[in-house]
Amino acid sequence: MQLTRMTAVDVAARIASREVSALDVTQAHLDRIRAVDDKVHAFLHIDEEGALAQARRVDAGEVTGPLAGVPLAVKDLFVTRGVPTTCSSRILDGWIPPYDATVVQRLRDAGVVMLGKTNMDEFAMGSSTENSAFGPTHNPWDLARVPGGSSGGSSAAVASYEATLAIGTDTGGSIRQPAAVCGLVGVKPTYGGVSRYGMVAFSSSLDQAGPFGRTVLDTALLHAAMAGHDPRDSTSIDAAVPDVVGAARSGDVRGLRVGIVKELTGEGYQPGVEQRFREAVDVLADLGAEVVEVSCPHFAYALPAYYLIAPSECSSNLARFDGMRYGLRVGDDGTRSAEEVMSQTRAAGFGPEVKRRIILGTYALSSGYYDAYYGQAQKVRTLITRDFASAFEQVDVLVSPTTPTTAFPIGERVDDPMAMYLADLATIPSNLAGNAAMSLPCGLSPDDGLPVGLQIMAPAMADDRLYRAGSALEAALVERWGHPLFEEVPEL
Amino acid sequence: MTTVSLVPYDEALDRYDPVIGLETHVELSTASKMFCGCPTEFGAPPNTQICPVCLGLPGSLPVTNRAAIEHTMRIGLALGCSIAEWCRFARKNYFYPDMPKDFQISQYDEPLCVEGGIDIDVDGSTYRVEIERVHLEEDTGKSLHVGGATGRIHGADYSLVDYNRAGIPLVEVVTKPIAGTGREAARVARAYVTELRDLVRGLGASDARMEQGSLRCDVNVSLAPKGSSTWGTRTETKNVNSFRSVERAVRFEVERQAALIDAGERIVQETRHFHEDTGTTSPGRSKEEAQDYRYFPEPDLVPLAPPREFVQGLLDALPELPAARRRRVATEHGFSDLDMSQMANTGVLDLVAATIAAGAAAGAARGWWMGYLVGKASESDIDVHDLQITPEQLARVVALESEGALTNKLARQVVDAVLGGEGEPDTVIATHGWVVADDGAIVAAVDQAIAAQPDVVERIRGGNLKAIGPLVGAVMKTTGGQADAAKARTLILERLGVSE
Amino acid sequence: MPSITREEVAHLARLARLAMNDEELDHLATQLDVILASVARVGEVAAADIPPTSHSVPLTNVFRDDIITPSLPREEVLAAAPAAEDGRFRVPRILDEEP
Ligand SMILES: [Mg+2]
Ligand SMILES: [Zn+2]
Repeated sequence: MQLTRMTAVDVAARIASREVSALDVTQAHLDRIRAVDDKVHAFLHIDEEGALAQARRVDAGEVTGPLAGVPLAVKDLFVTRGVPTTCSSRILDGWIPPYDATVVQRLRDAGVVMLGKTNMDEFAMGSSTENSAFGPTHNPWDLARVPGGSSGGSSAAVASYEATLAIGTDTGGSIRQPAAVCGLVGVKPTYGGVSRYGMVAFSSSLDQAGPFGRTVLDTALLHAAMAGHDPRDSTSIDAAVPDVVGAARSGDVRGLRVGIVKELTGEGYQPGVEQRFREAVDVLADLGAEVVEVSCPHFAYALPAYYLIAPSECSSNLARFDGMRYGLRVGDDGTRSAEEVMSQTRAAGFGPEVKRRIILGTYALSSGYYDAYYGQAQKVRTLITRDFASAFEQVDVLVSPTTPTTAFPIGERVDDPMAMYLADLATIPSNLAGNAAMSLPCGLSPDDGLPVGLQIMAPAMADDRLYRAGSALEAALVERWGHPLFEEVPEL
Repeated sequence: MTTVSLVPYDEALDRYDPVIGLETHVELSTASKMFCGCPTEFGAPPNTQICPVCLGLPGSLPVTNRAAIEHTMRIGLALGCSIAEWCRFARKNYFYPDMPKDFQISQYDEPLCVEGGIDIDVDGSTYRVEIERVHLEEDTGKSLHVGGATGRIHGADYSLVDYNRAGIPLVEVVTKPIAGTGREAARVARAYVTELRDLVRGLGASDARMEQGSLRCDVNVSLAPKGSSTWGTRTETKNVNSFRSVERAVRFEVERQAALIDAGERIVQETRHFHEDTGTTSPGRSKEEAQDYRYFPEPDLVPLAPPREFVQGLLDALPELPAARRRRVATEHGFSDLDMSQMANTGVLDLVAATIAAGAAAGAARGWWMGYLVGKASESDIDVHDLQITPEQLARVVALESEGALTNKLARQVVDAVLGGEGEPDTVIATHGWVVADDGAIVAAVDQAIAAQPDVVERIRGGNLKAIGPLVGAVMKTTGGQADAAKARTLILERLGVSE
Repeated sequence: MPSITREEVAHLARLARLAMNDEELDHLATQLDVILASVARVGEVAAADIPPTSHSVPLTNVFRDDIITPSLPREEVLAAAPAAEDGRFRVPRILDEEP
């Protein structure tokens, strides 16, 4: 019995029945991290003491629940009281937050065992986890390739059996894209479905926290534990969380109307990706779904709109990292002014991609350019939202490949920002509109043997549809493969 | 500092028409801050009223204080504004060490309240001040500048920042340009800010204490040649922190700008800073590049859409406004036109009205403010409103005096002690043991005085009642001032069998 | 087609408080040119009568009650500061009054 290979459902049940202790489960994962993280580099910080203490609480029966004792990896974008939080940036090097993110607090209360903080693209800006001040993370499927990003540390941790579950954040695809290229399930919940309090903001109107798991049901359990109204987040929806766990347990697509988004296939998509996607859609049809093609004409403008809105908001959100109150301060030699020290600190503390986006956003918001760039992007956003609305009048869910390609080699796109940005082509529309979306594995690409993700998109607050369709598809694919896809991940 | 040539104010305004404009910031007196639950109390030890939200820590998010929104709308309604049916907060982006997020949550092109106005009386003339907008934003922290010669920002070695004030709700009231005030420009400016202060205090929306910085004013001034159809270039003077300074800042800018225009020079559109000590203004940093605040809608806060019936309810529940109260005070308490204009000119009308409202007799209330407290204020060179005594406290003193529990002399001592920060009148009296001498003690003192000064007694008995002074004086001295002088006089005459 | 100069990038870098040398400015100007040319495509969409979307969640009037909640312990906050003195955050000299 390998404690690190179990699903969250399985491990929680065994802990609850006292067949295994949470402490043993935690220790097994800490050992696994120690054994393989040199190669993967999923973690920036291991909170061994905190993890073991939480496991003891679970074993003492102080906290129970469907995820009690399950090991979790936390993206280093969530603030954690007493545990370093860097967002993979030098500018926060050494910062120990004095408070917990709401999501972190909820998961602690649910008895989840947080192993540590995972690597990411600096401030979530990137699609490969190469934009980390602390070095890249490697994809467990092929260590020479990226694990996706920006939540690449979280996806790599789950894919390498270092953690059973992980949480990440998704601003333009930063959960779904790493889930896809690491052969996992990843969900961006409806905007407002999960609290953003304590999640360091990249682009406030797009950011959403969400779960990673190796199965649809595991992911649903984590989703349910994270989600729900938070009075500390003004954009949090004050309504019941859709029954994602129930939906994941009763996967069924009979009579479900499934729309293939015409604009998110074809040109620019790797043939192997396209092939696995089409096969999975055929499976859905075989299972009784009504599959049609729908057009979302403005999706073609999602990428440029995103690369105006996200940098604009980030230029403002990241202003606070100025070396005055916390984190790094550079150049304060007693002669320089506050203004100069701020400029030196930010120059030294931020990496090139963060600087590029801050400058781009500063430009897009400048007087004289606002209307043509930021203002126009917000209008495109309206049109994309309308595209979704009319599509969801015709179908219940939309599908597309999650990413145009499988995991690309480390270093391939670092000097080509535009090529890097393309990785989020299919995932960005859901962030702009705020609806829910999932990526789940639909096979290994025949051209390179790497995981391919299928994206399911549902209307806002219909997150349960993702799980209903996803679990039906997962069951059929696993049956076809004879085993879950992630069992094919190479031994490290 | 270079010497600036000035044209005397009245002379300047013989030749130029002034246009003024005022942006007033009022800190709301909510219990908690604008976007978090930290307290707003003034004077707490530095950085003891801060949390992740108001310190702008990574990950924190704002949630709007309902009371701040309501106060803002009430201020807007009291100023005759209409309330937006839908509006958003915006981020104003600029870097400054006392601003924790390096942006300010404010409102930009969608203010909560727009298009109002208020009438301002100066010497019996009424000036209409149109209000352009009333919006809500968050305050910044406060810096202490260390080193250098002056403790001022320039020349300091470094600064120490206290973020207790950061995030306190701040209402900004912006007037439209005010033209046509001529030589009264400076006084209209002062009267407007005074009126606004009375208004927000009357609403219970703010303490509006200029000396504590909870009411701050930016003053815009421009001049154009008399009769000119276009306005001149304006300057904006910041940091104007007393009513008197508002008036002085306008005067100084008029005098300075007139001199420049006379000399054929151009007025630079710029931000200037007011110096309390000299009554002058000086330019802010020369702008190598114009500020570009890159406003955009605040994504962390959802739009405001005040329901109409709620707004109507706020309007219906507004208390009596200062102007209406003044009219009522004049008729109800029988103040003459002369009384009214004297009280208005010294700026105590609302204080008198409030003192009456707190239970004092009209004459006593007027007498205390006009006679004693205005003098106290000018002794310390502060505005009478900034005296540390409330109308309620004064009304209590008046009540004690009229009950005979305090003599007039003691009453003044009590008022002085309250002004000195010793606390409530009753506390002061108890602390000092100030009590009016009882009748027995006065009678004994009277007998002692009569026995000691037979020659004075003779003169009084001879019909010279004016000679009584030394006897009254002796009684007061014996009782340590705790006797009532009028009472002592009556007792002496009674004892001597002399009638008035 | 946008063509952004080194001076424009330098202006943006000053606004954003990012110290940059000429080499960095030039490199960034080249990259921004490519990115701006791409994102400028949003202008191809006819959207004159389309309202902008600033929030994707259809909420209004979200408030908290005016209730005091505990603040942070000062020592903990100041311990994380790069410099502190007398219970305050110590910052380098400030050049000018608030704009
Ligand atoms: Mg303002
Ligand atoms: Zn606070």
